Amino acid sequence: MIEVKNINKSFSTNKILRDLSAKFETGKVNMIIGQSGQGKSVLTKCIVGLHEVDSGAVSYDGRNFSELDSFERREIRKEIGMLFQGSALFDSMTVEENIMFPLSMFTNMTKKERLERANFCLERVNLTGKNKLLPAECSGGMQKRIAIARAIAMKPKYLFCDEPNSGLDPQTAIVIDNLIREITYEYNITTVVITHDMNSVIEIADNIIFIHQGQNWWSGDRNSIIKTDNKEILDFVYASDFMKRIKDLMQTKI
Amino acid sequence: MNILSNIGKYFLMLGIIFSKPEKGRIFRVRLFNELENIGIKSLPIVTILSVFMGAVISMQTAANMDYPLLPEYTIGFITRSSTILEFSPTILSLILAGKIGSNVASEIGTMRVTEQIDALETMGVNSLSFLVLPKIIAAILFFPIMTIFSIGLSLIGGWIAVVSSNLSTTETYVFGLRSFFVLGNIGYALVKTVVFAFVIVSVSSFYGYYTKGGALDVGRSSTQAVVMSSIIILICNFFLTQMILL
Repeated sequence: MIEVKNINKSFSTNKILRDLSAKFETGKVNMIIGQSGQGKSVLTKCIVGLHEVDSGAVSYDGRNFSELDSFERREIRKEIGMLFQGSALFDSMTVEENIMFPLSMFTNMTKKERLERANFCLERVNLTGKNKLLPAECSGGMQKRIAIARAIAMKPKYLFCDEPNSGLDPQTAIVIDNLIREITYEYNITTVVITHDMNSVIEIADNIIFIHQGQNWWSGDRNSIIKTDNKEILDFVYASDFMKRIKDLMQTKI
Repeated sequence: MNILSNIGKYFLMLGIIFSKPEKGRIFRVRLFNELENIGIKSLPIVTILSVFMGAVISMQTAANMDYPLLPEYTIGFITRSSTILEFSPTILSLILAGKIGSNVASEIGTMRVTEQIDALETMGVNSLSFLVLPKIIAAILFFPIMTIFSIGLSLIGGWIAVVSSNLSTTETYVFGLRSFFVLGNIGYALVKTVVFAFVIVSVSSFYGYYTKGGALDVGRSSTQAVVMSSIIILICNFFLTQMILL
């Protein structure tokens, strides 16, 4: 479990996170939602240590990440897989090399073993045989799946996904969502997903945290988010005409 | 204040770069790749520049020898001296600051804005050491070789120009090249080259690594890297000349 306690983060005079606390449970898809500019990505970057928090604590299964030195942090980071918004694949490496990269850096596996693991991960994301392609030769959806394959190569305990569906068509978005959910349950990973996509929230979220004005404004599950009367959440969830119509339909049925 | 903060940040960055590489095998592979990128791929431009600069230096020297008591071998002597003391180590480094500096800054800057550096850090890789250390070592190893290569080609360029323009004979030119030769000058050139190699790669990496924003900012970092490397090379050139030659 990842626990965030009373964290604050500012950039010069701009206060982004205000006394934010949250828990991300193991074996569940924990989703962070909220409008743009409310601090979702900053929160994730604080959790993985890409940004230093001004105050507060982040702990991974009881290990206080904020108090560790850079070498001890690296050990925890080896247990983290991260899917970035733009995939962040190394463009000078092939698909296979991208997936084998963390294995080459941190394990003593032989080349054959690394290749077997890369092939297994590629098979897991339904990209068997795409080993020798360069990231530039892959579509957006393929790049996301390769990034997931790279993220799970080291059998992580924690998986972070920053807007995994951004820029994808609805069908591919569903494929990515299902993949994240399956991997979370299959390997009992603590998964944290940042998203704007309400479809993803309704489909795969086990726990939801709604960030507003840098605070944990609301938390609950996918059933309670539909029933809540919190104004900020309603404004966010039913921002589009499509969602408003669904809401009207639901009310008519009731 | 910003300058002081950048200087501090630069030296902190150097501290992180010079930490032990995670895996020797991966470091060696990256080092050989960088030797190719920074070294071998720079050889064509070094060849062209050196031959033509040597030719021009010798012809300019010949054209300016109005005083009748100046011996003809002065052409070879001046060509050799200017090539070893200034052209091959300094001018060539300034030109390579443009080629290699912009390449390094834009490569690392692009990795920064596309979150590839964040990906490395999240995996637990020391991104600065992983990306920059092989480049610095490759440059320090290859720049002296390139300088020696450039000196040789420049002298050959001078010879071709002088002989083909009937400004002097091969024997006189070679006699000029060998006159009053100071071996220490080669050492001075190589020391300068090593310092300049370090400056070009580390300063350009600094601007690339701390790029913020998008594609436009990568271009801006690349330009700043070239300008700042060139200025630092000129300043170092002044102090190294004072320390070694005088």
